[in-house]
Amino acid sequence: MVGKNCVAIASDTRLGAQAMTVDMNFPKIFPMTDHTMIGLAGLATDVLTLRDQFKYKVKMYHLKEDRVMAPRTLAHVVSSTLYEKRFGPYFVEPIVAGLDPRTHEPFICCTDTIGCIDFAKDFVVVGNATENLYGMCEGLWEPNLEPEDLFETISQALLNAVDRNALAGWGAVVHVITPERVITRNLKARCD
Amino acid sequence: MECLLGLVGKDFVITVTDTSAIRSITVLKHNEDKTRVLSPHTLISFSGEAGDTINFSEYLQKNIQLYGIRNNIELTPAAAAHFVRRELAEALRSRNAYQANLLLSGYDKKKGPSLYWIDHLAALVQRPFAAHGYCGYYCTSMFDRYYRPNMDLEEAKDLIRKCLQELHHRFIINLPRFSVKVVDKDGIREIEL
Repeated sequence: MVGKNCVAIASDTRLGAQAMTVDMNFPKIFPMTDHTMIGLAGLATDVLTLRDQFKYKVKMYHLKEDRVMAPRTLAHVVSSTLYEKRFGPYFVEPIVAGLDPRTHEPFICCTDTIGCIDFAKDFVVVGNATENLYGMCEGLWEPNLEPEDLFETISQALLNAVDRNALAGWGAVVHVITPERVITRNLKARCD
Repeated sequence: MECLLGLVGKDFVITVTDTSAIRSITVLKHNEDKTRVLSPHTLISFSGEAGDTINFSEYLQKNIQLYGIRNNIELTPAAAAHFVRRELAEALRSRNAYQANLLLSGYDKKKGPSLYWIDHLAALVQRPFAAHGYCGYYCTSMFDRYYRPNMDLEEAKDLIRKCLQELHHRFIINLPRFSVKVVDKDGIREIEL
């Protein structure tokens, strides 16, 4: 979700094998640079594989180019990494959220499993509870939210969406990225 | 149909595996060992396709032992778990994937005991307790109810007994014997419940 000079990214924390919950504390959002995070929803094995791959690519970019990767660049790295496996895809839908390292302009986007980028000015949703999330975000989001208001908006949207989805939930984590710092909060959710 | 359980206690990990080798509707064997020792303080237990599990776990075992000999240092459980995941993940996207579910239990001198849950898709998570197969449906809820961090060995054995009792009571498949192993600072040993 985009706010005023800030972005927020949030996910639930459940890992399941079909309907059986295996872990209630499985991270799906990973910091890539100081101002950019990537969220990966989908098959857990690919979440881990791609996390490692993107970490590697971002670090190599940093070493080779001697500058921090911008979120827009990362989005294209994500897209091409996924499209490389066009006919045997990673079953993961990523979200990139961050602030431009120089201008601090907010940036969010998501892609599908084969890397088709969807840029957005307001919010993007991926994963299991997308229908619910679209409804919640459409209802709650408004432009130019301050970090604290954005936190409240994204948290309410996520919690109320996953509470109506049997395969999501079991806690949530929210990161609000501002030019000064990243605010990370773990939310308690319904665990039933 | 197979049963793998694991539980982290105060300074040990306890793992339970059933000992039945089953093919179709027939039990071939009652004393099958479904574990392999990776290093003196790391043990994996496995279930899945009969050939794949043994092939894969022995491949891991030999490679981790080779690492130990070459570098004269034991691979930590965390490092071993990530090695296992990588091997499994690379095989998954090839023509010869391994159909194997694993529990890796280990004791690290610095970090203490740890248990990793790895499924046949190479998803890796560290857990205080974990189960694979149908018995997960019965035992994870038992663990959720009765597990506490820092359990001593007697308490852990008690909880495992509760789980097995539940399996005998509710699970349609007859699993008469289980092998229970403990990994702690002294290494790996089999115990009686």
